[in-house]
Amino acid sequence: MNFLSLIWAGLFRRRTRTALTLLSIIIAFLLFGLLRSITNAFSAGVDVAGVDRLVVQPKYSIIDGLPISHLNQIRAVPGVAMVTHYSWFGGVYQERSNFFPKFPVQPVDWFAVYPELRIDPAQLEKFAATRTGAVAPAELAAKFGWKIGDKIPIEADIWPKKDGTRMWEFDLVGVYQASTAGTSRNAFLLNYDYFDEARQFGQGGVGSFVVRVADPAKAAEVARAIDVVFENSSNETRTATEAEVARQFANQIGDIGLMMGGILAAVFFTIILLTGNTMAQAFRERVPELAVLKTLGFSDVLVALLVLGEAVLLCVAGGAVGLGIAALLGPGVAQGVKEVLPGFKIVWETIAMGLTIAVLLGLVVGAVPAVTARRLRIVDALRER
Amino acid sequence: MLAQIREITLMNLRNLPSRLGSSSVIVVGIAGVVAVLVSILAMATGFRAALESTAAPDRAIVLRGGSGGELSSGISQEAVNIVAQMEGIVAASGELYTIADVPKRSNGTVANLVVRGVEQSAFVVRPELKIVEGRAFEPGKAELIVGRRAREEFAGIDLGATVRFRDSDWTIVGVFEADGDATESEVWADGNVVQSAFRRGGGVSTMRVQLSAPSVIETIAQRIANDPRLDLQIRSEQDFYGDQSKRLSAIITSFGYLVGVIMAIGAVFAALNTMYSAVTTRTVEIATLRAIGFGATPVLISVMIEALLLAVVGGLLGAVLSFVIFNGMTVSTLNSGTFSQVGFDFAVTPKLMTQGLTWAVSLGFIGGLFPALRATRLPITVALRGE
Repeated sequence: MNFLSLIWAGLFRRRTRTALTLLSIIIAFLLFGLLRSITNAFSAGVDVAGVDRLVVQPKYSIIDGLPISHLNQIRAVPGVAMVTHYSWFGGVYQERSNFFPKFPVQPVDWFAVYPELRIDPAQLEKFAATRTGAVAPAELAAKFGWKIGDKIPIEADIWPKKDGTRMWEFDLVGVYQASTAGTSRNAFLLNYDYFDEARQFGQGGVGSFVVRVADPAKAAEVARAIDVVFENSSNETRTATEAEVARQFANQIGDIGLMMGGILAAVFFTIILLTGNTMAQAFRERVPELAVLKTLGFSDVLVALLVLGEAVLLCVAGGAVGLGIAALLGPGVAQGVKEVLPGFKIVWETIAMGLTIAVLLGLVVGAVPAVTARRLRIVDALRER
Repeated sequence: MLAQIREITLMNLRNLPSRLGSSSVIVVGIAGVVAVLVSILAMATGFRAALESTAAPDRAIVLRGGSGGELSSGISQEAVNIVAQMEGIVAASGELYTIADVPKRSNGTVANLVVRGVEQSAFVVRPELKIVEGRAFEPGKAELIVGRRAREEFAGIDLGATVRFRDSDWTIVGVFEADGDATESEVWADGNVVQSAFRRGGGVSTMRVQLSAPSVIETIAQRIANDPRLDLQIRSEQDFYGDQSKRLSAIITSFGYLVGVIMAIGAVFAALNTMYSAVTTRTVEIATLRAIGFGATPVLISVMIEALLLAVVGGLLGAVLSFVIFNGMTVSTLNSGTFSQVGFDFAVTPKLMTQGLTWAVSLGFIGGLFPALRATRLPITVALRGE
């Protein structure tokens, strides 16, 4: 009988117990896989944001808006390679629950600042040339079954038209491939010029500017330089990297995200604690068996390793299965929580981290019984029977 | 038979201390499930309660047609006057709703704080609002009163402090309470001052109206729809705030059940494990009892009682833990309906705690049943041999 088959035999000593322990480890790691992915999702916006892009927002509140005349002044700041702007259109497509962001932009500039958004050059040209034109992310177009040439009606909630009516109609002239699912930049885009001309009020205003800096290493300096330009003007600015802005927004959801992460962590550790306790108890009951092994001539170290190996094997097997189930469930869960947690995804780092924890758990749980087993004096142990 | 059950159960319970380690697995496991479930559901309940208590049955909000929230709404002064004169409206308050970036205490990053510009009638429409410290703002001055929760959540808006919003500095002169509702997450100031300081043109964002009775809202809505000068909608506050709370509380609730179910499965395995080993270590004992004439049913019931008892202890522990740690704890989040921070308290209600206990009992039942069945099925002769 070799070493592995001995471990195997040990595991099958009490089948029910092994199965139950294995199942609770599986549950714990299934939960771990989902938990890590949820916490990841909360910071997802931060990861995908560009490092060489700055966002110039109104200083006191994002809802104030900035005058479009800032554009040229920002462009003149040393270190600024490109600048464009976007606004918040709001609006409702058919029903309020069909929410997606809609940005009035300058078509050509927007796609220049966001090179990761891919669009057919002919469609982009058409978009720029069509006043009422709009382009949508391919995913969004697929969701609502839009085809190029369709008219998309959007009912305004912030911006009525000049004549007081609220229904805007846009011609879909193209679709674009968004970089990563779930970034806030996957918006329905329309022509700013048309929007600005047709709206009832607010002419000449934009929401925020987006700047591409020439040298990402100097992003912080450029940001400061931009804010200095508008200091003490009637429209002061606050410039930050896209990542900071995304993090700031994630912080607004704040407590709830934090709380859920915390609760899940507590859950994971509770289950691990319980499982560890059960396993340790199982070993205590088998002390006489270990004594028999020693009587048969197994060395102290070998017996200790046997115990340790059994614990590690059980944890790793459970961990692998649990993480596997999490990976299988992942796409389904992602589909379900798409609206709330668009960044939800099971990544390899999570799986790797889970497996590492499984190995560590096995070592920790197995350590005490293993040491006990090593020190075991045969006569004492056998007498207990 | 009852006597038999009592005897065995008492015996089991008397030697429970010797099995303390393994029994605590059930207690801790179930306590964990109940604590987590109750806490998460308490978060959803608290959020809903904060928004729904903001609503009074005989109060309504008037918004621009098509607008989904106060932020996107806008009403001309002329329209305000027309609506205020309508029959069935006892008091009307035109309000400017705007947002300022203020750092949160918890992490120092800025978050959206509601600044509401109001006239005196706003206090008439909302009788639940009371100044608890300091005084009310004086009309025409850049003075603010802050909600109790807003002060807890945001930094630098304590009584007497000065805070800079867009074009001017504001002094905080008072703190108000409003029965813990969502209004407490706002700061209020004189409408005219807000209008100029935040560079808002004429008109207001929304109107709050006090109705003579909840039922008149239908007639008023009809009258608004028929008036060609008005492009407005009127919604009861209950409807308005109910809508806002629905989405987030549904998300939290389903999240709570998801985690609860996954954890419950884990806890059942732990309970099964423990009870199986409890039965196994007492195989000889049980067999002896059977041999001297105790029936199978009393043995079964006694094992079940032990499991249920441990489960109930766990359930109580979890519910109490959740109550002690979370009940009344204030947190805040972004209310997507208003694009601003709303603070709320965890509400660990008796109903939630009962629900948690029900889960505990069910888990104890499942965890005890199979081991109990095994205990009764062992052939006496085999069991007496101890293997």
